[in-house]
Amino acid sequence: MSRYYTEDHEWIEVEGEAATVGITEYAQEQLGDIVFVELPEEGAELEKSKDAAVVESVKAASDVYAPITGTVIESNSALEDDPSLVNSSPEEDGWFFKLTVADESELEGLMDEAAYKSFVEGL
Amino acid sequence: MRDTARLPATVGYEMMSEEETETPPEALALDAWHRAHGARMVPFAGYEMPIQYEGIVAEHDWTRAHAGLFDVSHMGQLTLSGDGAAQALEALVPGLVSSLKPGKMRYSLLLAEDGGILDDLMITNTGEHIALVVNGACKWDDIAFLREHLPDEITLTHHDEQALLALQGPEAVDALGELVPGAAELVFMTAGYYDWNGVPLWISRAGYTGEDGFEISVPAEHAEKLATALVEDKRVKPIGLGARDSLRLEAGLPLYGHDLTAEIDPVSADLTFALSKKRRETGGYHGHERISAALLDGSQRTRIGLVLDGRLPAREGAEIFAGDTQVGTVTSGGFSPTLGHPIAMGYVDAAHAEIGTSLEVQVRNKRLPARVAEMPFVPHRYYRGS
Repeated sequence: MSRYYTEDHEWIEVEGEAATVGITEYAQEQLGDIVFVELPEEGAELEKSKDAAVVESVKAASDVYAPITGTVIESNSALEDDPSLVNSSPEEDGWFFKLTVADESELEGLMDEAAYKSFVEGL
Repeated sequence: MRDTARLPATVGYEMMSEEETETPPEALALDAWHRAHGARMVPFAGYEMPIQYEGIVAEHDWTRAHAGLFDVSHMGQLTLSGDGAAQALEALVPGLVSSLKPGKMRYSLLLAEDGGILDDLMITNTGEHIALVVNGACKWDDIAFLREHLPDEITLTHHDEQALLALQGPEAVDALGELVPGAAELVFMTAGYYDWNGVPLWISRAGYTGEDGFEISVPAEHAEKLATALVEDKRVKPIGLGARDSLRLEAGLPLYGHDLTAEIDPVSADLTFALSKKRRETGGYHGHERISAALLDGSQRTRIGLVLDGRLPAREGAEIFAGDTQVGTVTSGGFSPTLGHPIAMGYVDAAHAEIGTSLEVQVRNKRLPARVAEMPFVPHRYYRGS
């Protein structure tokens, strides 16, 4: 089980053939109070670096991109009732969706935790 | 994750024009103070401005319950002096200025020759001169326009040596009253000079949040001292532009560059209260003919408020539909922290503007049910005297 990060502040945790995606602590802090999350439907085909979800904070709408290519297995229905979970627990309970890992080699271009940490420090 | 709507265009008091993005933003007199208080700074209207401190919703709620301190020093503080300044200004605005008594102020609109709105502004008779407070992003254009259209004997002064702070919320009167004796006696839309430990303050009881509150013009070199004294009061917290935008939206107050533009006349903008009754007849201002016609026949498009169900906000640019027909566009919208659902402002064809009309708003691939609602969305709480 390993967690990767993108420069657009998504995290992806891979467990065998499936992966869970969310946004990072840094991202939720930048966004501020989140009022709505639009999630991809089960079965949706996502393409690496293309639109996957939309986060609506009080101030703006922000796109969330798929860190890798894959098919959506499940979306986090808890976010429908309580989108603020993304603020309170972005890297745990506030996950966005799970998808299949279509091409494992896509993970190679992503950052690990240490690399992401120094990436954020440099912003 | 990237912002699809860039921040400076979506939050704040007015739109940043494109030219201004080319020159580096200026620092406010309170720049270091904002940073020391944890502000996140963004370029806006030519300045580095605090967009938020602890978070927009917390700041929004604090202002509705207590008192919020806003730095609005980016706005233009102008004065007109010389004989006949009030009358001369009346050629450019639809409100009565010459009859304003000393210490009284009025909301008005700076009108282009065709009656389009160039800016919205506050006009005050200070006793010595006519004072204007104009939007930060418009101020340079406003100054040029005023210079061009006012007679040479009227002197226009830009008081960029003054900072402008707004203290807004139900506890603003107690907080300011304790610091500045006498200020609490002002009522809504009145103003006066006050002394604060030797520092001259020009204080008006006005603002743009829908709450009772004040705007305080203070020499820039004393702004930090005043801001510090104000937030030492436990009822007062610094509030950023983000909450300023959500507060004014709930109050139904239009934002220049979004809800008001040079293409829109005062009648379409539903700002007929700014058209002084007497001057509707006597005229003598830019666009009077067009405005009179619109008053008589009604305007084709009109500014409305929209209330949406659910939680998904409709933002600026979202298309408004009646059935399959597009009947309008959202000009500003967001999630209302006070009401707990999305609200928006926009323009629709007059046939669909009646309160209670059911419409739909397109957000990405969804059509959201919306209905035309009375504004303000959250009642104003101005203090008009006991």
